[in-house]
Amino acid sequence: MATDAPALPNKLSKGPRQLGIVTDWGFRILALAAGLMVFVILALIAIYTTREALPWFREEGLGIFTDNWDPAHNDFGALGLIYGTMLVAGLAVLFSLPISIGIALFITDVAPQRFRRPFVYTVDLLAAIPSVVYGLWALLVLAEPLASLYESLSDATASIPILNTVFANPSASGKSFMTAGIIVAIMITPIITSITREVFATVPASQKEAALALGATRWEMIRGAVFPHSRSGMVAGTMIGLGRAMGETIAIALVIGASQRVSANILGPGDTLASVIANQFGEASGTHRAALIGCGVVLFAITIVISMGARALVTRADRRSAGA
Amino acid sequence: MTDTAIAAARFGPVTTTRGDSFAKSPDEVSPDEPAPEEKPERAREIVFQLSDVEVRYSGVTAVQDVSVDIAANEITALIGPSGCGKTTVLRSLNRMHDITPGAEVLGKVTYHGQDLYGPKVDPAEVRRRIGMVFQKPNPFPKSVYDNVAYGPRINGTKRGELNDIVEKALTQAALWDEVQGKLRKSALALSGGQQQRLCIARCLAVEPDVILMDEPCSALDPIATARIEDLMDELKNEYTIVIVTHNMQQAARVSDRTAFFTAEVDDAGHRRGRLIEYDVTETMFTHPSDPRTEGYITGRFG
Amino acid sequence: MTAPAVSLTQSTRKGRRELKNAIATTLFVASFVIALIPLTLIVVYVIRAGASVFSWAFLTDDLPFSNRREGGGMYPAIVGTLVITGTATAMAVPLGILGGIYLNEYGKKGIIAQVLRFLADVMTGVPSIVMGLFIYTIWVLPRKQAGLSGFAGALALGCLMLPIVIRTTEEILKVVPDELREGSYALGSRKAQAIRTVVMPHAAPGVISGALLGVARVAGETAPLLFTIGIVTSPNFNVFDGPNTALPQQIYINAATFGGFPAAQDRAWGAALALIGIVFLFTLVARIVTAIYTRRSAAV
Repeated sequence: MATDAPALPNKLSKGPRQLGIVTDWGFRILALAAGLMVFVILALIAIYTTREALPWFREEGLGIFTDNWDPAHNDFGALGLIYGTMLVAGLAVLFSLPISIGIALFITDVAPQRFRRPFVYTVDLLAAIPSVVYGLWALLVLAEPLASLYESLSDATASIPILNTVFANPSASGKSFMTAGIIVAIMITPIITSITREVFATVPASQKEAALALGATRWEMIRGAVFPHSRSGMVAGTMIGLGRAMGETIAIALVIGASQRVSANILGPGDTLASVIANQFGEASGTHRAALIGCGVVLFAITIVISMGARALVTRADRRSAGA
Repeated sequence: MTDTAIAAARFGPVTTTRGDSFAKSPDEVSPDEPAPEEKPERAREIVFQLSDVEVRYSGVTAVQDVSVDIAANEITALIGPSGCGKTTVLRSLNRMHDITPGAEVLGKVTYHGQDLYGPKVDPAEVRRRIGMVFQKPNPFPKSVYDNVAYGPRINGTKRGELNDIVEKALTQAALWDEVQGKLRKSALALSGGQQQRLCIARCLAVEPDVILMDEPCSALDPIATARIEDLMDELKNEYTIVIVTHNMQQAARVSDRTAFFTAEVDDAGHRRGRLIEYDVTETMFTHPSDPRTEGYITGRFG
Repeated sequence: MTAPAVSLTQSTRKGRRELKNAIATTLFVASFVIALIPLTLIVVYVIRAGASVFSWAFLTDDLPFSNRREGGGMYPAIVGTLVITGTATAMAVPLGILGGIYLNEYGKKGIIAQVLRFLADVMTGVPSIVMGLFIYTIWVLPRKQAGLSGFAGALALGCLMLPIVIRTTEEILKVVPDELREGSYALGSRKAQAIRTVVMPHAAPGVISGALLGVARVAGETAPLLFTIGIVTSPNFNVFDGPNTALPQQIYINAATFGGFPAAQDRAWGAALALIGIVFLFTLVARIVTAIYTRRSAAV
């Protein structure tokens, strides 16, 4: 017989255990509330920043998309800033992507197994360096040598069409789109590497072995088994890196110079949506301030779209490899 | 040849844990002697009554037409080939299906006459009274002591009483002598058989009424298995035990009653389990009523 | 006749393939080396330039009133970084863990959980300057001058940390075996009890490690602090009262506005060394915790 209820049927209805049931339910509510904070904060960001930026939208109307950023004359057309954001992010991804993929392939398919973890940690250290330290180093150490490099590059291409516009007037201080692009490339490399590395690691070993067993070289195996499997993952990683590059503020603010006009000259100064805020916010008021907050809103919108796109790709890649 | 002799030939020396021979040799049985184990039926107190129970996972029936009475202080075995719903039925007895998304239990399950799935019933309290031991020993990554004390602690037992409870439970599970000096060591350092006995001790510590066992010995070696079967025989004096097992001989050795399940494939190609026969163990293994039961027991399938 | 021709073609083709393979492999190795170059350059430079400024005075003196002048120390900035990051951690980590628990233990595949998971991922992509602007508009502006405080900065940093902690907690909880949960339920525990007494203790090292990595990342952020904490030259231990300063902010100010002055440059390097020291320390501790965790569960 059960030791707690001789001969009597055991009753199962709730009694003194009611407290336990209430706290259990309460904990569930608490956990849900914590999760909902994400939604609340994102909504608040959208609402409050847009509200503060309204004066800008109202005053400029569609003029926010003109290439005319001149606080002294109350003009706040942000086209140059949007252009700058795209250009710097584009340069950064252009420089970083081949390196990142190379590192990822090195770690997953070339390096001996026992070195993998230390190599991964080493590359991740790049991500641990704060962006302001990158900016400091780029400004005080990298800028000068780069300036001379730009001089030579500009001179060398002076008579080649197209290239002589892109490499036109090198900035004497080295502060330029190019320098910003280079430093941001270094900063987003660990992120793209990490994501592509994880994607490469999901390639089924059997597929890789099958390729090698047919006599393929390592490079052929990578082309045949790894890349096709990882396509959407790589694109997702690229998009995430792109998003980070667009959001980068401080490092760019230190090395991009300060010119808010659209310019094809990537060796010359520029500005981005994020860095203009960092550089001009302190002194701004009225419509200027609203315009700067508005730049934040535009940036927020762009990065959300990119995040959503990247996530959709990752879900598709996951679903495909799960079904495979 | 008598049926018992046939059984003896098929099973080999099938014995209960007390060493009684289930199947006597042909010379020993005489027509005038009452058949062994045929005592007058004592009054059975029914613990579980299942009536037309059906369990579905996400709308698909996994097992159906289950109607059994499970009595107190007996060991009831659920046997049958894989995928016939034995574990599903077992888990419906302690409302573990509440945790599985998409699982529905239809039909009636009563416990001491009360509806186990009634609206006012507290599932956590149900699981305290109807304990479960799993197929793969799953001790918590804590010390031996903390494993056994876990149940009483979350059910509000005061600190001062824990030591006695832990010792009693470990003794009942025949593990006390082996872990007495190692109570603070990690439970994961024990052998497989010891871990399973620890899980039994853990279950006993909350003083349940019923112990459900889901293939408790399938991950263990024969010696550990034998120890647990001995343990079951002792435990049934105080508890009601329901065991799912793949091993027919084990069912024949330890259980008082046996329920045989099998699986059918319906027109849509789904596997569906069904209860075929439920009887006193000795009767089922010697005079099975259903040809499917006989087929399974004689090894023709499963 | 044909045999030598076949083997000849084969060997040239094979030779070409091998060559391509060798080039590819070299490129991969080169990529890794290229990544290491800026890493070593930066770390070495910061250590060299920063060490030359480092002294007990540097770590304990107040900031100078004018950045053009020499001397002064980073003490207020160190205090600020620790206090502000600490407050942000105290707010974001518990909320983040609870959120992660909801996603893996309660919501699972439900629609609310799917939406929240998606939003958390989106939130990790929000630029830190936008977080700073957000806190500026919602917290600092309504309070006028009094709004500038360490707490405002902590709010911004906390918002950055929250989605990171939520997602890493969820990932860790996913790996906890279901058998542990079932074992707990089978003994009569309720869900919250099971989470508190079995699941979380087992997941603790991973969760802690994830939180530490989040802290390391956030400690180095500058942009969210720019418009939220103001500036001071002496240490302010009270996050809620009055403006504050922090190492990243000091680096930025000394580099951007006063980058021409050698004194400011020195200060910036010193602050950079201090900041990297703190960030690397957290990263290291996080890795050690993970290593203990994996060794512990593997040994069993």
